[in-house]
Amino acid sequence: MTAPAASGAGVLTDGERLSLALRMGDSALVLGHRLSELSGHAPVLEEELATANVALDLVGQADLWLRLAATLLDDGRDADALAYLRDGPQFRNLLLVEQPNGDYGHTLMRQFLFDCWHFYFLAELESGADAACAEIAAKGAKEVRYHLERSSDWVIRLGDGTDESRVRMLTAVERLWPYTAEMFDLSAMFPAAAERVSQNWRASVAAVFAEATLDVPEAGWAQRGGLDGRHTEHLGRMLAEMQFLQRAYPGAQW
Amino acid sequence: MSADAVRVWLEDVMDPEIPVLNVNELGVVRDIVWSEGRLRVDVTPTYSGCPAARVIEAAIEARIREGGIDEVEVRRVLTPPWSSTWMRPEAREKLRAYRIVPPEPDRAGGTFPWSRPAPRIECPACGAPEPERVSEFGSTPCKAQYRCTRCLEPFEYFKCI
Repeated sequence: MTAPAASGAGVLTDGERLSLALRMGDSALVLGHRLSELSGHAPVLEEELATANVALDLVGQADLWLRLAATLLDDGRDADALAYLRDGPQFRNLLLVEQPNGDYGHTLMRQFLFDCWHFYFLAELESGADAACAEIAAKGAKEVRYHLERSSDWVIRLGDGTDESRVRMLTAVERLWPYTAEMFDLSAMFPAAAERVSQNWRASVAAVFAEATLDVPEAGWAQRGGLDGRHTEHLGRMLAEMQFLQRAYPGAQW
Repeated sequence: MSADAVRVWLEDVMDPEIPVLNVNELGVVRDIVWSEGRLRVDVTPTYSGCPAARVIEAAIEARIREGGIDEVEVRRVLTPPWSSTWMRPEAREKLRAYRIVPPEPDRAGGTFPWSRPAPRIECPACGAPEPERVSEFGSTPCKAQYRCTRCLEPFEYFKCI
């Protein structure tokens, strides 16, 4: 384990903490749901289990963040109400994670780009001064290390795989790269830590891509908006399915 | 009823996913304290999304009520996050007998973030070293899948977190 040391993020105001909890919680929830869509459809049995496990971890982490958000909001809504009864423009997730699964190369590239940022950002939060965020980050970081190992392995295997798998990974990079800049807008809530998150992410992506025989794209147009509730067309359709039961049968209990 | 006596009751509460381990052996019961006439039990989840966590909390509360204490509150705590090193030594032996290889410390080497070396473990069926890692993810969040390279037996490994 040679992850660089993090020296931590600062203390937040209640408003900033709420904003962070919603952005982290919604990103984990939306990616968790995207992965859940693959249940029963993964290409091999081992990946079926892996996908479901990563989804479970992310939905569990979303629950922790959204509970924190609900406590800070203090308006009678709980974590479930935040997950199931908000509309698209109220979601604060990264645009990257709402992108549809596409082919399995696209699914894994999306996962790798996110996991790598998630891993380094949680490390900063974990060693940071904000206790409420640090305890959630500490819990999540242990799980995300496994997510990152898996997605890195797959990016290498498919990038440096057959001609077909390589072309698909190149296409996935091209499609997803414009959504990566937004992750650093989120970590920029902590100016002291933001630069380290960005450097660590770039170094790991460069190392994995080199091993995968993929080129790191030049900086180009960055697509932003998710953190402020301006989403791509894909989120609404995803929420229509995710929220169907609570919308159709209000107050339904498991 | 002392907190220590309640702790003994909890030996009856088994992990629903790994039914050979009780909650004490698993290391998830962090504290049992009386406070103003109420018994508070702090429980920590192994993984944040583990479906067994709620079942375990409900079973702990039910066992305590069965013992005659109605004023009980089971509280979920996150800090410090659960570690597989908290598992008791006897739990490791029970896992092994159940054909789940208990967690071993990570080995140095590999290239972060990929190609982490497999832990130093043996096949629970034939004892051969250096099994092959099939996947870091298994039938529950806490387990990985391995396969013996000699007898080819697939088996589960309780992973380190």
